[in-house]
Amino acid sequence: MGSDTSRLGFYLLLAPILLWLIVLIILPHIGLFIVSISEKVGPREFETGFGNYATFFGEPLYWRTFARTAIMSILATALTLILGFPIAYYIAKLTRGRTKTTLFLMCMIPFWVSELVRTFGWMILLRETGVISTALQNLGLISGPVELLYNDAAIMVGLVYTSILFMVVPLVTTLDSLDNSLIEAGYDLGGTSTSIMREIVIPHAMPGIVSGGIVVFMLSLGNYLTPILLGGKDSLWFTGMIYTQFITRFNWELGSALGFLLLALSSGIVFLGLKLSRQSLSDTMGRA
Amino acid sequence: MTDTNPDLICRDLTKDFDDFRAVDHVSFDVPQGSFFSILGPSGCGKTTLLRMIAGFQSPTSGDLLIKGRSMIGVPPNKRPVSMVFQHLALFPTMNIGDNVGFGLRQRGVARGEIARRVEAVLERVGLPGVSARRIDQLSGGQKQRVAIARCMVLEPDVLLLDEPLGALDLKLREHMKVELKSLQAAFNTTFVYITHDQSEALVMSDNIAVMNKGRFEQIGPPDEVYQKPATAFVAGFVGDANRIEARVTGVNGSRLTLTSERGTQMHVEAGGADLSEGQGAQVFLRPESITLSTSQEDVGAGQNVSPGTVNAVLFNGANSSVIVRDAGGTLMNVAVPQTGTHAHLRAGDTVFTCWDPQQARCYPAGKV
Repeated sequence: MGSDTSRLGFYLLLAPILLWLIVLIILPHIGLFIVSISEKVGPREFETGFGNYATFFGEPLYWRTFARTAIMSILATALTLILGFPIAYYIAKLTRGRTKTTLFLMCMIPFWVSELVRTFGWMILLRETGVISTALQNLGLISGPVELLYNDAAIMVGLVYTSILFMVVPLVTTLDSLDNSLIEAGYDLGGTSTSIMREIVIPHAMPGIVSGGIVVFMLSLGNYLTPILLGGKDSLWFTGMIYTQFITRFNWELGSALGFLLLALSSGIVFLGLKLSRQSLSDTMGRA
Repeated sequence: MTDTNPDLICRDLTKDFDDFRAVDHVSFDVPQGSFFSILGPSGCGKTTLLRMIAGFQSPTSGDLLIKGRSMIGVPPNKRPVSMVFQHLALFPTMNIGDNVGFGLRQRGVARGEIARRVEAVLERVGLPGVSARRIDQLSGGQKQRVAIARCMVLEPDVLLLDEPLGALDLKLREHMKVELKSLQAAFNTTFVYITHDQSEALVMSDNIAVMNKGRFEQIGPPDEVYQKPATAFVAGFVGDANRIEARVTGVNGSRLTLTSERGTQMHVEAGGADLSEGQGAQVFLRPESITLSTSQEDVGAGQNVSPGTVNAVLFNGANSSVIVRDAGGTLMNVAVPQTGTHAHLRAGDTVFTCWDPQQARCYPAGKV
């Protein structure tokens, strides 16, 4: 009797996550996959086949955009890590008590505003008639207005800014758990700041680095708003391409195929990243 | 302290924090190859003192010399000292060999040489062939030895130990005391050991410094600290002692007559205690200095004898004791001799306590 009720409780608790997984993730993906393997042969006439996938590999624009998106996302992840690590280290190890909470909160506050508004903020700063351009002109450093928007650097700035919190939070958590006496022991045994960072701090922070990296990479790869707004029409982001197929071209079949390719790409790169850093997914996600 | 070339010398070392003085004009020498303990209650400043020697904190004033060289302004990674941390601070991301070899790698020793020296030092601490194992595969005592090996492989002039036995269970702690002492003798390195556990300090040390409120109350060999405590604090902190608040009612040479607050009279041979008639005093009496007897005839002359009743019998194997309430109501902790003579004592029995005036220590009241 007791075990029956506890089993019922277990299934009841499990139900929401199962519903979420099945109804919102697995079913749509199955539907999407079926759409992606349907080739249009005439009006309202479809045949099963991998023609849509063949189109992707046949058209250089698609796979070049695909590769560009992947490389830019990896770059954005690396930049976020390089910027986020010192911030996280400072918050976790060099401050305490109230200062720590305040700094952590200051990292969070921008994320109370929607991504759209934050991106518009960057547009106000970077556009031709924007804050930076005007300031530089007033200082006499440039003679005419300068357009800082609609290039890859602007996209990169936006991506790093959007996702840095998701790097800082897991890093602060893992660095917080690093016992200060380990760092002191490192110094005591003759280590320098560099060697302690390399041999003690970074190996300890690895799960945080990897889980932060995965989240930031996924967010960048799947980001639509930031590349389109800051990169303009020619931003060539893969999500933009999927959007075009679904909404502008009304070609759901190709759009679905591209969507599946994006899924495969992101999974592939995350897998590769885990292998290279010798971490396991359950480890990193469990600890951070 | 007769060594002409001590490994570690502290001169008037002082450390001030914002609103209090953690270490207050501490001076001491530690001769080469000796085991020096700093014993004190928590918060007495012993950890701050150790961290200053290691270089993690810089003294407000005073000087610190290791092998005759001043260490003021020298960062921890440039000092010829190593430290065994309270929780050992072994690097969990490395295996044992890499842990022990860490310091040698920092010095740029060749890879083959590191492996050889790591293996050699692990063998000396009794753990040969464990290099490839992970830290969490070791027991508490083994971790302890790895932590010592990690320091000793660097051949430091002074090894600092910050209560490393605190986290171990009682049996293992007793065992590690003996082992630490023999390791120290084997390596012939100067050990500076801090602890709040008097038995650790008494068993292992060549010299003990008893620290209280940032100051050294006494420095000396264990038997001297135990038998001739210099201050009331040392008498109360090191070993068990009955403390009796009393007033001096008579002075006859070095022999004092005191009356306790509850009216019991006693005689104490107080050589050196600067006490005059009418002054308040504290008398410290070790439980093993008191003899129990069931009749008054057994008692020798010139002793302090008082009748009492057994309040409680505390059986604790070799450390068994009885609590005796004397006529005035004062409770005294008395050790039971191991000869079995008093094995029959029960609560409520009438006994006589007697003690030699030479055995008690007497200090002016007011200072604890």
